[in-house]
Amino acid sequence: MASTEEIRSGLAEIVNEITGVPAADVQLEKSFTDDLDIDSLSMIEVVVAAEEKFGVKIPEDEVKNLATVGDAVSFIEKAGA
Amino acid sequence: MTRSQEPVVVTGLGASTPVGGDVASTWDSLLAGRSGVRPLTGEWVDDMPVRFGAPVAVDPSEVLSRVQARRLDRSAQIAVIAAREAWADAGFEGKATDAGIDPDRLGVVCASGIGGLHTLLGNYDQLLAHGPRKVSPLAIPMLMPNSPAANVGLELQARAGVHTPVSACSSGSEAIAYGLDMIRSGRADIVVAGGTEAVIHPLPIAAFANMMALSKRNDEPELASRPFDRDRDGFVLGEGGALFVLETASHAKARGARVYGVLAGAGMSADAHHIAQPEPDGVGIIAATRKALADADLSPGDVAHVNCHATSTPAGDVAEALALSKVFGDALPGIPVTAPKSMIGHLLGGAGAVEAMATVLSLYHGLIPPTINVDNVDEQIHLDVVRDVPRKLEDGQLAALNNAFGFGGHNVVLAFRRP
Repeated sequence: MASTEEIRSGLAEIVNEITGVPAADVQLEKSFTDDLDIDSLSMIEVVVAAEEKFGVKIPEDEVKNLATVGDAVSFIEKAGA
Repeated sequence: MTRSQEPVVVTGLGASTPVGGDVASTWDSLLAGRSGVRPLTGEWVDDMPVRFGAPVAVDPSEVLSRVQARRLDRSAQIAVIAAREAWADAGFEGKATDAGIDPDRLGVVCASGIGGLHTLLGNYDQLLAHGPRKVSPLAIPMLMPNSPAANVGLELQARAGVHTPVSACSSGSEAIAYGLDMIRSGRADIVVAGGTEAVIHPLPIAAFANMMALSKRNDEPELASRPFDRDRDGFVLGEGGALFVLETASHAKARGARVYGVLAGAGMSADAHHIAQPEPDGVGIIAATRKALADADLSPGDVAHVNCHATSTPAGDVAEALALSKVFGDALPGIPVTAPKSMIGHLLGGAGAVEAMATVLSLYHGLIPPTINVDNVDEQIHLDVVRDVPRKLEDGQLAALNNAFGFGGHNVVLAFRRP
């Protein structure tokens, strides 16, 4: 089981790779769209990369509920990473 | 909107080509007769019937940020790099509003012959290997043929219209003709126009080779592109592109812009003959040339130089030479011609734009770059080919033509003159 911090930091690496946003900015309270300026296409890229990295499935219907980095981290934790 | 009678001038140039990462290095290489043709590398190369080409001299990944590069097909990467150079070269900084330009009066016309082929095929490879979930959500915006134009438009904040003419190997010149038309018809004051292409990939190489269009001189890549030469055996696939900043003469004058030359006119025609073979009598080329001269208000006697399409294919070079002899008659021996494809290969949708750039720079600097690899001019070709070293152009009012023809039977001729 990965820790919350391990998931956050893994997600931060993915966000940095895809969008160039500094990994240190990818904190739990940050909104993907409002704070990190990630558009819907890049968000799908982040989700696909996260599924691969953490070995989880993030259904398309779920993506719209992942407003903040914290939302994504908790979903991945619950999904069993 | 009223039709404008005033001249349209070239105030900025940008390029990324097989012989240089920008306009200055490209021009120096062309004058020096340096070839950008070289052996290709990659695991796939060994199985190919043709194992050489002319990739861009400076890889886009060295210029663009990693994040920007991964959102753009290689063809759009080249276009964005060329657009930034052209925009800065014209004296502009930042997006239109930052540069004091009305975005509603700024247009972009950026052509591509084939489109985002690396993105298309790369994603297809992912689909086959790893399933649909691994197809990028950016695949469509990256592979669509208007992607280079759209991305240049986004970069510069162009709102007057963003367009992508597609006419195979004449696309880049057609884009410049379209830009001229946008300004003349009053739809824009400034248009960034040109073309780009990046399809050095096993599929197009196999396809062009199978249609007998490519040179197979694998042992001597630098000698393979030899327009007008008796021993030519096909074209060399290159990649790259160029963009022009076009604007009305009054707009350029009002802001004190440096003017490279006047885009005096354009002529277009179609062969209606064959999907890939040139029409052997050059009828369509003659028509396009005469239309360009009429549009530019020039007579054949005003033309001091022709930058030829000449791809180094056996049939194409002869048809072009024949057409020039019909248009210029007895005056032809006094008109020096050149073929940049001898050094840069064939950039398909980028070719017309890069070669139009060479044409306008020839007028501006008074020098015609040589055609390399011409050891024996084909006996069916009666042209004064500039060989080995550059040829000086006289001072004074001179005009020059740029030819570009494409599969599908498209013929585009651009006419430039000194300001």
